[in-house]
Amino acid sequence: MSKAGKNLTVGALVLTLALSVAAQKNFAFKNGSSVYAELAKAPRRAVVRRNPLESDPEAVAAGANLFEQHCAECHGEMAEGGRKAPSLRADPVQQASAGTLFWILTNGVVRRGMPVWSKLPEPQRWQLVSYIKALSPSSGAGLKPEK
Amino acid sequence: MSFTRSALFLALTALLAVLAAPALAQESPYIVTYDHYLEEPGSLEVEYFSTFGTQRGGGDFHAFWAEFEYGATAWWTTEVYVDGQTTFGDSTIFTGFRWENRIRLLQREHFINPVLYIEYEQTSGADKILKEVEGHDVEADYAVPNAVARREHDHELEAKLLLSRNFKGWNIAENTIATKNLTGGNPWEFGYAVGASRPLALKASAKRCNFCRENFIAGVEMYGGLGDRYNFGLHDTSHYVAPVAAWNMPSDWTLRLSPGFGLNDDSHRFLLRWGVSREFSGFGEMVGRLFGGRRQ
Repeated sequence: MSKAGKNLTVGALVLTLALSVAAQKNFAFKNGSSVYAELAKAPRRAVVRRNPLESDPEAVAAGANLFEQHCAECHGEMAEGGRKAPSLRADPVQQASAGTLFWILTNGVVRRGMPVWSKLPEPQRWQLVSYIKALSPSSGAGLKPEK
Repeated sequence: MSFTRSALFLALTALLAVLAAPALAQESPYIVTYDHYLEEPGSLEVEYFSTFGTQRGGGDFHAFWAEFEYGATAWWTTEVYVDGQTTFGDSTIFTGFRWENRIRLLQREHFINPVLYIEYEQTSGADKILKEVEGHDVEADYAVPNAVARREHDHELEAKLLLSRNFKGWNIAENTIATKNLTGGNPWEFGYAVGASRPLALKASAKRCNFCRENFIAGVEMYGGLGDRYNFGLHDTSHYVAPVAAWNMPSDWTLRLSPGFGLNDDSHRFLLRWGVSREFSGFGEMVGRLFGGRRQ
């Protein structure tokens, strides 16, 4: 590799590292009611959607597994909130309609670091909604995923 | 790859395994085509891919590459590739590196979701990973002996527009490729990749399991060249169709397999690709702390 090539390589990697580290500072989650503001942005047609798996007896357990795999890293193992994302036991989430939660899962909150989760098939997103709605508000005791 | 580089790679991987928590990936099965999903913020995905290709007029080859894919934010993923290849009856050589960035253009999900892809490549003429096919890439280009091909140094800028949507469990993705070799006066070259895939089951099981149908995703992808600025079209181009499959295991690993078939006389007759990857969440925080980030 030429000297210019080596310099470019090192430069590119240093730049990536620096930008990545800078990006991490935005990960620190700041608590406050505004973190739930996105819930209010769900369009009417999304808000009124009903969970088609509402009466599925396995939906909550399946949702708990999905939560552990995809969400617990940021929202905390018991959905109590973590360093990067807010509690899902808080009133604004628990009082939101199933359709609103589904809309948030589908679209993410990209500016605040929550990715879109539409890569999970629709039934899996509804299973997650079932699990979130089954959490007891801020009680500390949650539903543990089955292993 | 030298012993020092190999040792460094192994040490880094081991460090990651110890310090970063694994996270179950829901990875697409595509090897060439990109959908619109980016790496989760702060997660690092370490991937190894391999392509075996048949070669008329030369030795068959085994090209391989490692990818380090990092979710810098929810809208930006950055990735470094390191490429190499073995040509049977010839030699094994390091063939270059790539630095790729994918930027999500829209905040929310839409009917079609665009992602901008920008990549810088510094590879030799002996690179055979066939991560994309563009311009007038044809099978005969890969028959040149390594000692000769590696003398050619390419500095390429590659841009792609990735379009993708999910519908009733299916993912449909289309990539339009434009590449400019920055060395010499080569024209812009063009290519395409399209893919469709679907999990074998859409609902998750109530218990974690390795062989549940929702852990398997199957599909097909097709890719090829579209000529260059002065000679746009299908003349002197190669094209492939490849069934694809991925197995997302609860043990945090993903396996991919894809046999590819050349569609015309300018294509390799057969390409067998496979890959293994593991995602590590929390990598960004770990690095951030190392460089003075806040500990909360």
